[in-house]
Amino acid sequence: MGLGQTIRNSQLWKSIFRHPAPLDRRNRIVVMLTNFFLHLHPVSIKKQGIALSYTWCMGGVTFFLFLVETVTGVLLMFYYRPTTEWAYRDIQNLADVTSLGIMRELHRWGAHAMVITVWLHMYRVFLTGSYKPPREFNWVVGVILLVLTLLLSFTGYLLPWDQLAIWAITVGSNMARATPLLGHEGPGQQLLTLGGVDLITNMSDARYVLLGAREVANETLNRFYVLHCIAIPLAVATLLAIHFWRVRKDGGISGPL
Amino acid sequence: MHGYDPAFEKAVAEFLGIYYLGLAALNAGAAYWLWQKLHKVRDAVVWLAVALGFVVLAAVSMGGAPWGLPHGLRELLNTIFTGNRGAVIFTLGSFALLVILFRFRRFFVRPRVAWTILNLSLLYLGLSMTSRPFWEIVAKPDNVPIVALAFLLGFFTWLATYKAVQNDERIKQGLPPLEKEDSEKVLVWPDLVYTELICMLALTAVLLFWAIFIKAPLEQPANRADTPNPSKAPWYFLGLQEMLVYYDPWMAGVVLPTFIILGLMAIPYIDFNKKGNGYYTIEERKFAYSMFQIGFLQLWVVLIILGTFLRGPNWNFFGPYEPWDAHKVLVLNNVNLSEYFWIDLMGMSVPEGILAREWLGIVLLIAYLFLLPPILAATIFRQFFIKMGFIRYMIMIQLLLWMLLLPIKMVLRWTINLKYIIAIPEWFFNF
Ligand code: HEM
Repeated sequence: MGLGQTIRNSQLWKSIFRHPAPLDRRNRIVVMLTNFFLHLHPVSIKKQGIALSYTWCMGGVTFFLFLVETVTGVLLMFYYRPTTEWAYRDIQNLADVTSLGIMRELHRWGAHAMVITVWLHMYRVFLTGSYKPPREFNWVVGVILLVLTLLLSFTGYLLPWDQLAIWAITVGSNMARATPLLGHEGPGQQLLTLGGVDLITNMSDARYVLLGAREVANETLNRFYVLHCIAIPLAVATLLAIHFWRVRKDGGISGPL
Repeated sequence: MHGYDPAFEKAVAEFLGIYYLGLAALNAGAAYWLWQKLHKVRDAVVWLAVALGFVVLAAVSMGGAPWGLPHGLRELLNTIFTGNRGAVIFTLGSFALLVILFRFRRFFVRPRVAWTILNLSLLYLGLSMTSRPFWEIVAKPDNVPIVALAFLLGFFTWLATYKAVQNDERIKQGLPPLEKEDSEKVLVWPDLVYTELICMLALTAVLLFWAIFIKAPLEQPANRADTPNPSKAPWYFLGLQEMLVYYDPWMAGVVLPTFIILGLMAIPYIDFNKKGNGYYTIEERKFAYSMFQIGFLQLWVVLIILGTFLRGPNWNFFGPYEPWDAHKVLVLNNVNLSEYFWIDLMGMSVPEGILAREWLGIVLLIAYLFLLPPILAATIFRQFFIKMGFIRYMIMIQLLLWMLLLPIKMVLRWTINLKYIIAIPEWFFNF
C-alpha cells in the first residue's frame, strides 16, 4: 500500500472527505455531489459549456480575482491605519519594511485586472446572447456586480492617501455636488426648502454624504475604508451567491437550444 | 524638447529588447504550431521570418539605440491628432475603423489577416516607445492595464467575430451553430475542475509577474494646496470625465451614468429577438449587436483610451508624441445656441426672459426626444414598434437617443464650437 493510499484510508482523511478518490466514473460523480465547494457545479455539463473559446472563463477569472483581492486585502489591513496621519506612511513602510511588500502590487494590479475581466465577461455574455430568457434576471444581477466592482476599485483608490488618490477621488466625487435636487450645485436644489431655509447646502448634499465632509478629508478616508473593506465586499459576496445560484437554476451555461 | 537623458534611453532600450524578444517568441510559437499541428509549412516559414525580424529589432535595442518611428512621421501624427481637430479625427476615425472592421469582418477574421494586424500594432507600439512623451504616458504603471485592455478587447472581439462568421455561414446553409456540435455531456470532474485549476494557476503566474516587475505607484503625500494638472479620475471613469466636457456635471456625473446602468439592465427586456441565444452570431441580431458595440467599444472604451493617452494639462487634447505642455493655450470660444440664433442669425441682442432666449434649444430638444420616436416608429422602426409594443419601444428609443446625443454634442462642439443647446445657468440647467 503506497503512502497516498495510507493517507486516504486514515480516519482523519476520511472524516474530512466523505468520498473515495475520484478515480472512476462513480466517484467522480459522488465528489461533485458531496464536496461543499464543488457542489456549486453540476455533475455533468455540455461540452460546449466548458469550452474556453465559448465562455473565455471570464466569469470564473473575475471570481478568482475577487478571492485574490480578499486575501491580499486582509493582509494589507494588518498594516494599514485609515487616518490621514498614518495612511500614507503605512503604505510607504509596507514596501520598505514588511516582507509582504508585494501584497500591495498584487492587490492593486488584481483590482485593475478585475475591472477588465468583468467587462470582458459582460462582453462575452452579450455576444453569446446569454442574457436572453431565462437569464434576464442574472444579467441584471451582473450589472449590479459590475457597478459594485467599479465602486470597490474607486473606494480603494483613495486609501494610499497620496496625490494620485485624493485628486482622482476629488474629480470623481465633484460630480455628486451637481446631483439634481440633492446636490448643492445641482438643478432643482432650490426647490427643497423648509420654512425658507435651504435644505441642500454644501453641508448636507449628496457629496457631503459621500465624503463625510465638504472636501476629501479624514472623514472621507474613514468612510471609504469602511465601504471598501466591509460594506461593498459583503454586498458583492451576497450577489455573487445569487449570481452563481441563478446560473445553475437557469439551466447552466447557455447554449443553442 | 527633451534633452538627452541616459536613464531614460537605458530604460527604453532594456524594455524594448525584452519586448521584441517576446514578440519573436510569439511568432516563433505560431510558426511551430502551424508547422507541427496544421502542416502549413509555407505560413510557418513566413512567421518564422517575422520572428527573426523581431530578434534583429531586439538586438538593435539591446545595443542601446532602439529604432523609433521616423521623426517626420511622428510630427505628422502630432499635427493630425492635436487640439480640437485631433479629437474629431480620433473619435470619428476610430468609429470609421470600427465600421470598416464590421463591414469587412469576413476578411478581417481570417487568422492570417488578424495575426498580421496584431503584429503591426505591437510593432507600432514598440516603435513609438522611443518617444519620451509617449513612453511617459504608456509606461505609467496605472496605464498599463489600459494597454492590456485594448489588446485583450482586440483579441476577444476577433475570437467572437471569428466564431460568429463561421456560425452565420452555417446557418445560411441550414446547419446548426457550431456550439450545437458540442452538446454531448461530459463529467465536471475532471474536465471542468481541471480547466479551472489551470486557469487559476496561469492567472496567478501573470499577477505575480506583473507585481514583481511593475511597482505600484505612490506619489507625494496628499496635499490640498497642490492641484495636479491634469487631474484625472481613475481610468475606468475617464469616459464619464470626458462627458464633462460636453455636459454639465449633473448630466455627465449623475443622470447619464444612471441611464447607462439602467440601460444595461434593460437590455434583456428590450431585446425581443429570440434568436442568437447561446451561440455567437451577428447576422441574426445585427441591430442589437451594432448598438451594443457603439455603446461599449466606441462610447466607453475609445473615450477611456482618449482620456488616458491624449488628454493632457487643462484637459487639452495632445498628439501621441507631443510633450504635455501646461502652458499650451487653445483658444476656446464656445458659443451657446441662443447666442448663435439671436446674435448671428437674427442680428439682435439676446432677449432677457429665459424662455424667450432659449426657446429654440428647448424646441429642438423636445423634438429630438418626443417627436422623433413616433416618426421613427412609423417609418424605419415600424417592425420594432409592432413587435415591441408602446412601452418597450419607447424605453428602447429613449435610451438610444440619449446615447447618440453624446456623439452629436461632441461633433457640434468641435465643428461649430457649440457650447450648450439650452443654457439656463439661472437654474443650474445647461444642456
Ligand atoms: C463580480 C463580477 C462577476 C462575477 C464574479 C461573475 C461570475 C460569473 C460566472 C463564474 C459565470 C459562469 C459562466 C462564465 O464563467 O462565464 C457567470 C455567468 C453569467 N454572468 Fe456573471 N459574473 C460577474 C458579473 C457579471 C456581469 C457584469 C454580467 C452582465 C452584465 C453578468 C452576467 C452573467 C450571465 C447572464 C451569466 C450566465 C451566462 C451563461 O449562461 O452563458 N455577470 N458569471
